[in-house]
Amino acid sequence: MKIKTKNTITTLAILSGALLCQSTFAAEIDVKITNLTQGIYFTPVIIAAHTSDASIYTLGSAASDELQMMAEGGDISGLSTALTTASADILENPAGGLLAPGMSTEGMLSTADTNMYLSLGSMLLPTNDGFVGLDSWMIPTEAGTYTVYLNGYDAGTEANDEIINGGGMPGAAGIPVDPGAANGTGAMGVTDMENNEMVHVHRGVIGDTDVAGGYSDLDSTVHRWLNPVAMLTVTVK
Amino acid sequence: MKNFKSKYLAAFIITSSLALAGCSDDDEKEMVEMPDPEPVNVSYEVTITNLTNAQPLSPVAIVLHDTGTLWAIGEPASTALETMAEGGDNSELLALDIVKASVSGSSPLGSGATEMLTVTIEDQTDAMLSLATMLVNTNDGFTGLSNIDLSGLSVGDTWSAYTSVYDAGTESNSEAQGTIPGPADEGTGFEMARDDVDFVSMHSGVVSKDDGLTTSVLTQAHRFDNPATYIMIKRTE
Repeated sequence: MKIKTKNTITTLAILSGALLCQSTFAAEIDVKITNLTQGIYFTPVIIAAHTSDASIYTLGSAASDELQMMAEGGDISGLSTALTTASADILENPAGGLLAPGMSTEGMLSTADTNMYLSLGSMLLPTNDGFVGLDSWMIPTEAGTYTVYLNGYDAGTEANDEIINGGGMPGAAGIPVDPGAANGTGAMGVTDMENNEMVHVHRGVIGDTDVAGGYSDLDSTVHRWLNPVAMLTVTVK
Repeated sequence: MKNFKSKYLAAFIITSSLALAGCSDDDEKEMVEMPDPEPVNVSYEVTITNLTNAQPLSPVAIVLHDTGTLWAIGEPASTALETMAEGGDNSELLALDIVKASVSGSSPLGSGATEMLTVTIEDQTDAMLSLATMLVNTNDGFTGLSNIDLSGLSVGDTWSAYTSVYDAGTESNSEAQGTIPGPADEGTGFEMARDDVDFVSMHSGVVSKDDGLTTSVLTQAHRFDNPATYIMIKRTE
């Protein structure tokens, strides 16, 4: 986790510097996230405005424990704690649970002066450790509506075996569940290797059409996707 | 780059000898003679992260140029591009007449890895930057940047982008044994014959034997979705 807790003196110095030397931008923003996939659910979404010192993930770097919790099991409590420690402004779980394919959810965020960057995370379900993410997008200072398309990423923490067995805890193999119940059972598993252990672009799931065995419990005609997987609409008031 | 370096070195040596000659000369009038204006270096740090799961990238070629392109969608690939896209050999791209300055990675860039390369040009702030690298576990897939206008970048400014995967259209995507130069196969790279559509397009992805192409040497691990890399360009001088 790249979140650093600044000591009070530094924070005061930055704050006073900001007040004296440059304008900063507390903002009221509306956010709307749309699940663009046909068969993938989003677990509770976490959206945060934060400083340049914090992040949810960094491409090409290893996942934090907190990101792993979210990407493997949909648990955003670790990220929430870490972001709170970093004085981020946080919007948690605006959908009140899963965000189904094709659906949207909205929320509001009041951002503090120095929290100029927006990040987002949510697990892609059913996957082993796939997530939709936005990393440190600079919140525009000009009022208006902005659209950002988001990709599916792989946390790099778990082999994509594509076996649905309830496994959602960090380190536990397998996929927790397919909320759409389009899955098969009894698969042997696609792979037990994770080639790229850094956060990277998800290669997609492979699936198969064998509902009672085969290599994958995912259905290749239902659970595949291509980027982008989500649309984020941000309205700066 | 080599050409440029040798020119610059030569200029530097001449300047140094003049300076030395001046120092050892007792006639002070000669010391205050104005030297020829030194060329001003304009340098760009290019940081590239491989976001794929299991597609090492061939040594990254970065060129600065005023005219032309390394490729154009819908147009046949040049032999130089074909050589890079089929076999990872970027030497012909770097030697193109349009190239005014260039740099190449010294080795392939593995999945999840990040590399920083610096390209320098004299006395010019409005060059275009292009970048090309092969996804080595494909027949003729590559990614990169085409004709990025650098004129808006002042010293210290950064510009970043995600790159998509293209198909050179020069070799059929058979995925067959002996046709892929990367570690998945260690087969043949460049072949003169063109047995594909003969125009550059977006890549449709690899199929792999795990998805039913029984003659493929690739597995589900080699599949990819866009983007393939994240690139940041920073002008440093």
